[in-house]
Amino acid sequence: MTRVEKIRQEFPELGETVYGKPLVYLDNAATSQRPLSVIRKWTELSTKYNANLHRAVHHLAAVATEEFEATRDAVQRYLNAESREEIIFTSGATASINLVAYSYGDAFIHKGDEIVVCEAEHHSNLVPWQLLCERKGAVLKVWRVDEQGRPDLSALPALLSSRTKLVCVAHISNVLGLVNPVSEIVRICHERGCPVLVDGAQGIVHERVDVREMGCDFYAFSGHKVYAAPGTGVLYGRREWLEQMPPFMAGGEMIGTVRWAGSTFAPLPQKFEAGTQNMAGTPTLRPALEMAEALRDPAVVAEGERAKSFIISELHAISGLRLYGETERLEEKIPLFSFSVEHCHHEDLALILDKMGVAVRSGQMCAEPLMDRFGVTGMLRASFAPYNTFAEAEYFIKSLHRAIQMLRG
Amino acid sequence: MKTLQEAQAEVVEDFSMYDEWLDKYEYLIDLGRRLEPFPESLKTDDRLIKGCQSRVWLDTTVEEGRLVFRADSDAIITKGIISLLIGVYSGRSAREIAEDDFSFVDRLGLRENLSPTRANGLASMIETIRATAQKHC
Repeated sequence: MTRVEKIRQEFPELGETVYGKPLVYLDNAATSQRPLSVIRKWTELSTKYNANLHRAVHHLAAVATEEFEATRDAVQRYLNAESREEIIFTSGATASINLVAYSYGDAFIHKGDEIVVCEAEHHSNLVPWQLLCERKGAVLKVWRVDEQGRPDLSALPALLSSRTKLVCVAHISNVLGLVNPVSEIVRICHERGCPVLVDGAQGIVHERVDVREMGCDFYAFSGHKVYAAPGTGVLYGRREWLEQMPPFMAGGEMIGTVRWAGSTFAPLPQKFEAGTQNMAGTPTLRPALEMAEALRDPAVVAEGERAKSFIISELHAISGLRLYGETERLEEKIPLFSFSVEHCHHEDLALILDKMGVAVRSGQMCAEPLMDRFGVTGMLRASFAPYNTFAEAEYFIKSLHRAIQMLRG
Repeated sequence: MKTLQEAQAEVVEDFSMYDEWLDKYEYLIDLGRRLEPFPESLKTDDRLIKGCQSRVWLDTTVEEGRLVFRADSDAIITKGIISLLIGVYSGRSAREIAEDDFSFVDRLGLRENLSPTRANGLASMIETIRATAQKHC
């Protein structure tokens, strides 16, 4: 048994069948499957330690709180953040980004200010900024991408001005699978005094993230894409910003004192954690990130790299297939493949692949402006996780050939 | 012309001949291919059926008191599905269509075998045909 096969046994869903065929799950960019360690933690906290956090003195609350706060320490270490107060728990990357859009936006964005957003962004790192600009009378500036979907670094300085209050970019595009040079982007922006928010929804899965090395001001990600429970997420924010930002939502543990004359607020990180937290879900981030670490095993990585090269060369060999997000430097691309095939609608391909047991995504992938950029109504996307095998890559290519054959007749 | 019930029974029978879903898709693809060409000029937004993942256009004309449907889609399986529907309903009176309960679609087993988003698309197609018929009653 290979190392990957051994680790796969930890993921019950990966052993499932669909329509009597073994499931080949290639929609990992949408959500990953979960290992037993995560499911066990989730179940344990739901069945044995269900209590609200931080408040009561009883045993259940103590354990639940300890689990929750230990998770904060684990995330801090994983991201190499300077302090635990810089780790805010949210319900996901979307919630993290919206928190910044409202709170940072409220404090720092004024009429005429500018926010720069990359053209390849997921709607979750685009629409919050659009709405913020509408609320504040600020200007949304689009950082265009080249024909491969890569943001042009040389065009960035010209986009930045003294009015630029934030630059928003994905660590890795959910459509193109290209790893953006975020450290370089941060350097260029910081030289001009512009803070940077990085959408790490895909990045946290495929890259080793060190927020201090990256230098970003905010890093947002979801738990469910990196093996944790759904409805969990993280916002990393540099303390100097978080301290200056007003609370986003109010109520629950985020208060200091409440009087009719006014209220004061809890210090970081509780200031941004209003209401009852996801007390069973959030602690699953700890085993989840341990799994992410385990999947960096050299044998697993080697099989993944082999599968990636294989798929790219096989896709290139299919006539009329256009792959988006190409790069000669394979280390800059994660095993995520969005493409379109001449005379084959992406929805038809996805429907047929589904019946063969292959789960892929078709459509706009929450990135309509990028679809417009490429002049398509949608794409087909196969997104691999480190737990996918080479055999699955082969089966996917074989199934794709069959589907294309059916559609071309 | 076959009665509505006869036409529906025939489609259900045709469809049930295939055990494998891939074969059922082949059948739908074939239906989609054989659908008469749809004029580009009719591909307007007001003819688009809302709620489908792929684009589906439905055009309705009234000929001698009967509704004649023409349709197209940029996805071939979806085109096969709309072809199957208009094959049953086109050329019938508005009242006959409006009074139908569309339950033959359930007998096809299509709904259960499409993902929820696609099943919604199917529901939108049915609803559009029903609403169009009601409008013409």
